[in-house]
Amino acid sequence: MSRTILICSGKGGVGKTTLTANLGIALARQGSSTAVLDADFGLRNLDLLLGLENRIVYTAQEVLAESCRLEQALVKHKQEPNLSLLPAGNPRMLEWLTPDDMQKIVGMLEERFEFVLIDCPAGIEDGFKNAAAASREAIVVTTPEVSAVRDADRVIGLLQTRDIQPIQLVLNRVRPKMMANQEMLAVSDVTDILALPLLGLVLEDEQVIVSTNRGEPLTLNGSRSPAGLAYANVARRLRGEEVPIVDPSKESQGFRARFSRLMQTKIF
Amino acid sequence: MTLRDFIDRLLGRQAASATTARQRLQLVLAHDRSDLNPELLEQMRREILEVVSRYVEIDLEEVDVSLETEERVTALVANLPIKRARPKPLEASATGPAA
Repeated sequence: MSRTILICSGKGGVGKTTLTANLGIALARQGSSTAVLDADFGLRNLDLLLGLENRIVYTAQEVLAESCRLEQALVKHKQEPNLSLLPAGNPRMLEWLTPDDMQKIVGMLEERFEFVLIDCPAGIEDGFKNAAAASREAIVVTTPEVSAVRDADRVIGLLQTRDIQPIQLVLNRVRPKMMANQEMLAVSDVTDILALPLLGLVLEDEQVIVSTNRGEPLTLNGSRSPAGLAYANVARRLRGEEVPIVDPSKESQGFRARFSRLMQTKIF
Repeated sequence: MTLRDFIDRLLGRQAASATTARQRLQLVLAHDRSDLNPELLEQMRREILEVVSRYVEIDLEEVDVSLETEERVTALVANLPIKRARPKPLEASATGPAA
């Protein structure tokens, strides 16, 4: 049974595409055949993060028009052949895809892959509706910032009316020091407000930018960097493994850390 | 309230920004989720007060009507302190717009 998971956030720039790329590679490395579908064809970037930008010939649109076969449009990752990329369309596309088109193409992918990850465009308009129409589960990505959490809340409301479940949360760009000083929303603040189970917690990590520059996701080379490990753990949890999540503001030791924990004690 | 918030308040300092963020979010989400704009909420508040004032005398200074949200469920919470019951309910038309 194949699993089709929408990766969405509402707000742009919180790390949807980075999560899709890293999760896709990690799932493939852990042994699950995986397809990543870039549903954002107006501003597509998943190819760039995966280092596959020069290898795209066809898109889902040609497959739907039957001017090529699915195999021809799928771009297989050279280092990780268990992962394939399918762009939904190209930016010059004249005709926009419909929810029916998305369902058709995802149906074809589901026959071939264990996991289908859909990289959703930002916003809650047509691009989101198309991508959501073809999804059964969802991962909502957010950062501990008021605007990102607010937009995530809107998206969660829309997903719930479409009976998409489970909906799980990945909290991205966490800065443990700021959290410990209470200058950033706590992990529990975000999970309480959005009322979603936490699937993963990713620390702010400069290595993400380095890996983006190279077009090699952190999970590709088994990076031990904080974000790389976090992405690999998200993949493990999706595959059903029990991997505990550590709250970074409670992890660090020493006097300062213990003092700031004391200051966080709820007194009333 | 956390210990840090308490000390901040004692010293008259600004609360930690995470606390402010949480409070602002909870308020804005209560409104987002209910799709009620402040104007409608104000109208509803006035009408609720009008009805209740027919039966009891309310302490208008202490009235608090707001949206609260928890676990994705939004509730309208009205806190209307009663000064005294009216011996006889007023006629619907007799009450002016309250507060």
